Amino acid sequence: MAQRHVVLPLAELPAGESRIVTVRGREIALFNLAGEVFALINRCPHEGAPLGLGLRVGLSESEKPGCYTHSRPGELVRCPWHGWEFDIRTGQSWCEPAKLKAKSFSASIEPGATVVKGPYVAESLPVSIEAHYVVVEL
Amino acid sequence: MTVDVDPRTALSAASKVRLVDCDIHPIIRHKGDLKPYLSREWQGYHDTYGDFLVSPFATAHPYPKPTPALSRLDTWPPSGGPPGSDLAFMRDQHLDPHDIEFGVLQVLWPTAARHRNLGYGAALCRAINDWQKAEWLGREKRLRGSVMVTQEDPEAAVAEIARCARQGGFAQVMVVPRNIEPMGRRRYWPIFAAAEAHDITLGCHVGGLNGYAVTGGAGHCSFYAEEKDSNGFAMEAMLTSMIFEGVFEAFPKLRLVAIEAGLGWVPALGWRLDELWQRFRDELPAVRRPPSETLRERLWYTTQPADEPEDPKHLRDVFDWIGWDRICFASDYPHWDSDDPRYALPIAMSRAEHRAIFRDNALGVYRLS
Repeated sequence: MAQRHVVLPLAELPAGESRIVTVRGREIALFNLAGEVFALINRCPHEGAPLGLGLRVGLSESEKPGCYTHSRPGELVRCPWHGWEFDIRTGQSWCEPAKLKAKSFSASIEPGATVVKGPYVAESLPVSIEAHYVVVEL
Repeated sequence: MTVDVDPRTALSAASKVRLVDCDIHPIIRHKGDLKPYLSREWQGYHDTYGDFLVSPFATAHPYPKPTPALSRLDTWPPSGGPPGSDLAFMRDQHLDPHDIEFGVLQVLWPTAARHRNLGYGAALCRAINDWQKAEWLGREKRLRGSVMVTQEDPEAAVAEIARCARQGGFAQVMVVPRNIEPMGRRRYWPIFAAAEAHDITLGCHVGGLNGYAVTGGAGHCSFYAEEKDSNGFAMEAMLTSMIFEGVFEAFPKLRLVAIEAGLGWVPALGWRLDELWQRFRDELPAVRRPPSETLRERLWYTTQPADEPEDPKHLRDVFDWIGWDRICFASDYPHWDSDDPRYALPIAMSRAEHRAIFRDNALGVYRLS
């Protein structure tokens, strides 16, 4: 059964940044997207590279040669090896959304006061009521 | 042949087979690393002029590369320095986790082999070879070196091959497909003769900046993706030159490994060259056997960048046509397009096939023991 794991003080995952944590023996890539947090398995479905080390990029699209639009800045992660891109919100591959997906997990930000009450697994993390924490369901 | 092993079983079998990786890129941390291996005279030249080549800027490429140092973002060593410059980190990240029994070093930079100042080019090749010996081969017995030679000064190349062969530790003489002239031209034959005489394999790693457009004469390309794709047909052009000039007849024991050019094109090249050879035998009197036989018996091909057809079974067809005894695993560590040996070839393989590609073929062609 999935448990809620307190994995990181929010202060250690500033907006625009990524971190890799281990939860129940699995490496998870955490992303802070302008204050929202998301979690993907830290393994590219192609050859297993660590997605948490990938560049954060936006969505570049083109209707025709010479005409480009750029949207959703920072919402895609580009694999640090072969450059495959995944939507941080869903884990969906941009190139082959029907076939490919990096497994995603539910992640949220919880205040220390809530975390202290439980039920959470605090992965040997000291919790302070004043701070906020990243919680991953796994 | 019956394929009775699914990929997952093959993967678990893989864990029992130690790997040979035919393409690992070591690099100097900075230019000064080579100074101890240069004479005083060349140290001065190295500092003042250095890596001046035929492209407008010393470190320029036909098109900007897609990642810093062309490398995977996770391969920058914590000790500082560029990816591939730290042996301890390479052990931790690559050699140990993949249980690599032997790794063949391919030195791409500095590009001494094609330096226009032939004296400096020869000195730089010697320095790079001594640097490999001292900093890599002497410290890590799993690694084997590449003899760097000045391709445009075959006399110096022959001397360097002899010197390195005496020292041992080198798996191959390294050449590139893009030279001043096509590789089959006779000016390069002394290099083939020396490789054959010393029983050292010729390893041709894609690359070479000779001042011409990588498109093969069609002008400079617009995109990095085009430049990368040119590696395959540059290798085809090189092999065609060597075969039609009669290199493989003149040097019947010469072995050649084509590195990082992919391999989906190999069967089609054989079909096409056979047809041309039959039609133009009077123009090619030095060629006494069908080119496809040369591709089948004298060449080896590395896997990376692995071709990824939509239906993976088609990769098995390609391997059947090339020959399972011809194909050698290569990772290209630490470059951005490197392959992980556990996932690079997502096809069903028998244990024998797996073992051939990931170990035995390379042991054989490189005489590794």
